[in-house]
Amino acid sequence: MSVAGHFAYAVTIFLMIAGLFIVIARGNLIKKLVGLGIFQTSVYLLYIAPGKLIGGTAPIVSESFSVYSNPLPHVLILTAIVVGVATLALGLALVVRIREAYDSIEEDDILAADRAAGDAEL
Amino acid sequence: MKRDLVLRVVAKVFLPFILIFALYVQFHGDFGPGGGFQAGVIIAAAVIFYALIYGLSNARRVVPEALVESMMAAGVLIYAGVGVLGLLFGGNYLDYFVLDRNPVVGQHRGIFWVEVGVAITVSGVMLKIFYMFADRGRIDK
Amino acid sequence: MAVTVVVLARNRNLFAVIVLSGLYSFLMATVLVALDAVDVAMTEASVGAGVSTVLLLGALHLCRSEEARPVHKAWLPLAISIACGVILVYGSLGLPAFSDPAAPIHTHVVPRYLNDGPKETGVPNVVTAVLASYRGYDTLGETTVVFTAGAGVVALLRRRRARKDAPK
Repeated sequence: MSVAGHFAYAVTIFLMIAGLFIVIARGNLIKKLVGLGIFQTSVYLLYIAPGKLIGGTAPIVSESFSVYSNPLPHVLILTAIVVGVATLALGLALVVRIREAYDSIEEDDILAADRAAGDAEL
Repeated sequence: MKRDLVLRVVAKVFLPFILIFALYVQFHGDFGPGGGFQAGVIIAAAVIFYALIYGLSNARRVVPEALVESMMAAGVLIYAGVGVLGLLFGGNYLDYFVLDRNPVVGQHRGIFWVEVGVAITVSGVMLKIFYMFADRGRIDK
Repeated sequence: MAVTVVVLARNRNLFAVIVLSGLYSFLMATVLVALDAVDVAMTEASVGAGVSTVLLLGALHLCRSEEARPVHKAWLPLAISIACGVILVYGSLGLPAFSDPAAPIHTHVVPRYLNDGPKETGVPNVVTAVLASYRGYDTLGETTVVFTAGAGVVALLRRRRARKDAPK
């Protein structure tokens, strides 16, 4: 077990906790969505890095190569990227509607407005 | 941006190449990197590029809303249709090798139509989302 | 990439944040090419650095705000994140080392895809063959998800007929 052998995982985990930190520590909704995107890309790295074989090549079969990197994670991550952008689009549409309803996209302002509306109803 | 001459000329020169590159990525996806998703996104990017330089109303005239909306649904229907074709020819759903007497040619056909369906849906959806976002922010134009 | 992410976390100007996220996607695509994932790199570059940035800029234009100064100090979230990181690092020590040919990921079903894929489907790009043929159901589901996202955005952002301001 060497340090170099697990460097890829260290990078992945750093990106993952950075994305997690942005999501839970920042109040602005658009920034949260960007943080979620960073988290997603770190998961892509988590899947693809173990598939690489040093000395291999891209998984396109041809006569001149004999060692290929693993194509299965590529397939899964391709789907994941497209689904990720679909959810980003939906999230942004929700943020736009929230902005129009509450006139702010800061989490604290929205929670305060909800609390005030709840108190006014009682 | 409509009046900036350099941008307009450069856009006019670039757009055909972008579209041809999208078609290349789509159809050459069997032999190199590429495939339906990438081609769909590149087509949507080309139309968004046109809309940014020439204005949203011009882009709406070239690629009308009705076309984009039908593209969204048509791609999924093409994909599902290939599956149903597999059923009609006697195999399971989404079996490609029954589509032709030679199973390899059947696979080729199935993969081709499936990728076309995916590209149509992806480009339609990306473009429709862009249209919706751009439309919401327009005060009056 | 780590530097980009740290700057992104600390920056309060949302436009800069979006540009940095585009830069981050581009760097990620380069890393993916170095890892031999050419299809994924092309998709990440076009989708992440292209469409994502356009959509974020469109949303920013509609929201028109800047991030407010955070009210509470972020020590608790930072501690939680670092604790999660430590646990993950401990978990990752049990994973196989980088580029180990005997790892289970390489031995189960992938040799069949690599050896028989081009023969059975006639398509040399194994990723496309697996995506469109061997795992075609997943791609059908994904296409449906993309369509649903588009329909969802249309449902959320459709303008009502005779109103100019935000419909309720």
